[in-house]
Amino acid sequence: MKSTEELSNIASQVRRDIVRMVSAAGSGHPGGSMSSADFMTALYFRVMDQDPATWTRSAEGQDAFILSAGHLAPVYYAVLARAGYFEPALLGTLRKFGSKLQGHPAVDYVPGIFQPSGSLGQGLSAAAGIALGKKLSGEGHRAYVLCGDGESEEGQIWEAAMFAVHHKLDNLVAMTDWNGQQIDGPIVEITGIDELNEKWLAFGWDVIVADGHDFESILNAFELAKKADGKPKMILFKTEMGHGVDFMAGTHKWHGKAPNAEQCAAALAQLKETLGDY
Amino acid sequence: MKKYIDSGNIDTRSGFGAGLVEAGRADSRVVALAADLKGSLKMDAFAAEFPERFIQCGIAEANMVGVAAGLSLTGKIPFCGSFAEFITGRVYDQVRQEVGYGRTNVKLASSHAGITLGEDGATHQTMEDLALMRAIPGMTVLVPCDYNQTKNATIAAARYEGPVYLRFGRPAVPNFTGADEPFEIGKVYVLNEGADVTLIACGHLVWEALQAAEALETEGIGAEVLNVATVKPLDAAAILASLRKTGAAVVAEEHNMAGGLGEAVAGVLAAEAPAPVEFIGGGDRFGQSGKPAELMAAYGLDAAHIAAAARKAIARKNR
Repeated sequence: MKSTEELSNIASQVRRDIVRMVSAAGSGHPGGSMSSADFMTALYFRVMDQDPATWTRSAEGQDAFILSAGHLAPVYYAVLARAGYFEPALLGTLRKFGSKLQGHPAVDYVPGIFQPSGSLGQGLSAAAGIALGKKLSGEGHRAYVLCGDGESEEGQIWEAAMFAVHHKLDNLVAMTDWNGQQIDGPIVEITGIDELNEKWLAFGWDVIVADGHDFESILNAFELAKKADGKPKMILFKTEMGHGVDFMAGTHKWHGKAPNAEQCAAALAQLKETLGDY
Repeated sequence: MKKYIDSGNIDTRSGFGAGLVEAGRADSRVVALAADLKGSLKMDAFAAEFPERFIQCGIAEANMVGVAAGLSLTGKIPFCGSFAEFITGRVYDQVRQEVGYGRTNVKLASSHAGITLGEDGATHQTMEDLALMRAIPGMTVLVPCDYNQTKNATIAAARYEGPVYLRFGRPAVPNFTGADEPFEIGKVYVLNEGADVTLIACGHLVWEALQAAEALETEGIGAEVLNVATVKPLDAAAILASLRKTGAAVVAEEHNMAGGLGEAVAGVLAAEAPAPVEFIGGGDRFGQSGKPAELMAAYGLDAAHIAAAARKAIARKNR
C-alpha cells in the first residue's frame, strides 16, 4: 500500500507529466488537471480495486472510473500511464495525429478508459448506470466519477443527482474538483454556483468536503465514502487550479492554455522529478 | 400480385412491448428504462414481469441515455425508450457521445415517430430523427413496418451487439407480416416483384406502398415493393438489383426528405446506377395536429401519392 509520502511523490511526477504533455501538444487543459492530480493519484494508487494487468472495458468485477470532465485528459492519461496501464512514453504524443492519446478521453485507444467524455455533464449518468448495474448483479464494487465544479452548471448533472438518490446508489462515489475556476473566469462571476455542499445535501447525497491537496484528507474522504447507507456520495475536493506551479496557480487563465517552452521550464523547476520523466 | 392480409389493426409500439417481454424472457441481461412514458412505450408488461429490471428515470432523458450506457458496461442490454423526438433530438449529444462514440450496447426505443403521432402536433411529431441517427457513425437504424415486424425487430436488436435505433409509431395500423418471421438486421424484404418500378419504403409507408402497388397493377404496371426495415446499414445490393430490373423508383418514408431513407437510396443510385427517383416524404415543413389518416393525406404520404409518384418516375425513364 502506498504511503502518503509515496503518493505525494507520484503526484509530483504526474504534474511534471501534465506540464510537459500539454506544452508539447501546444494546446490542452493543464489547470484542472493539476488541481485534480493529488486525489486522482490517490484514487488509482490506493483506493480503487482495478488492476492494469487484468483491466477490460467491462466494468464487471472491478471498480470503475469515469472522467466526466473530459478536458482533464492530461491528468487522466498521466495517472493511467504511471499506474501501468500503458507506456509513459505515449504521453509525449498527446493530441498529435495518429496518437493513442486523443484530445479528450476515447475508448479502445488505450486501456483504462470505460467511456468517452468531453461533452460535459454526461459522466455522472454513466457512472450511475454502472453503479446500478452492479447493484442489479449483486456485485460489491463501486463506480467513481470526477466532475468539474464549472461542469456542474450542466442540467444533466442534477438529473443524475436525483436519479442516484432515488435508486439508492451508495456504491456511486462522485468527486468534484472544486477549484472555483472555469474557462471564462471565476465561477462566482459566471453563474454563482458556489454553494456546492448545500446543493448536493439538498439533493439528498452524502457530502464529504476534503482538502484536495492533503493526502490525509483525501484518503479519509475516500474511506468515509465507503459507507453503505443507501445514499450516493459526493466528495467535494477543495483545490486550487494550476496547483504546484506558482504562476499557474489560482487563476482561470491556465484552464485551457499550454505553457510555452520557457514557461514549461519554469514550471518544471518547481516540480520534483520523482519517477523519471517519460 | 401477392395479396397481403391485414390480420387486424394494431400499433407498432405494442409490437415493441411484446418483443421486449420475449427478449427479457430469453436473456436475463435485458433491462428497460423509461422517462415517465412507460405506458406509452408499452413497457408495462415487461415491468410487471421483471420489476427489478425495469428502471424508471423520470422526465430526464439525457440522464437516461447515460445510465443506459453505464448499465451496458456492466453487461446489461438496456432498451431506453421515449417518444422519437425526445430520444433523438433532445438527447442527440448524449446519444452521440455515450452510445455512438462509446459504441455501447444501448438500444434506443423510439415511439410515436413521424406525423402519425397525430393530435399532439409538431412539437412531438419528429420527422428528423432518421437524419440524426443515420449521421452517427456505427449506429444501426431499424424502421419495422407493422406489429409483427416490430416485435421481431426488438428481439433481433436484443441479440445484436452494438448501438441500435429502433423506430416505431403510435397509431393502429395494418399487421401483415408473418408473426414468426425472424427479423434479419440489414436485410431488404422484397414484398412484391414487378418489372416497371420499385417502391422502396420503411415503417408505416410499407403498407401504403403495397396499396399503391395494387392500384398500379390494375393499370398494368408491375411495381416491385421493397421493405427497407434496416435503413442503416443499407442493403445497397438489394436496392441496385431491383433498380437494374425496373429502372425507376419511388422512396417513401414518414420523415422529412432531408437525411432520411430517400437520401440514403439516392446516394446509392447516384454512385452506382442513376435512375429516375421520386421522393415521398414530409418536405421542408413541420407537422400539425390532426388524425393520422388526415395528416398522411395532407402531407402526401398515402398510397394515392405513392402511386402518382410511381407513374411520374416511370414517365421519366425514357426522357
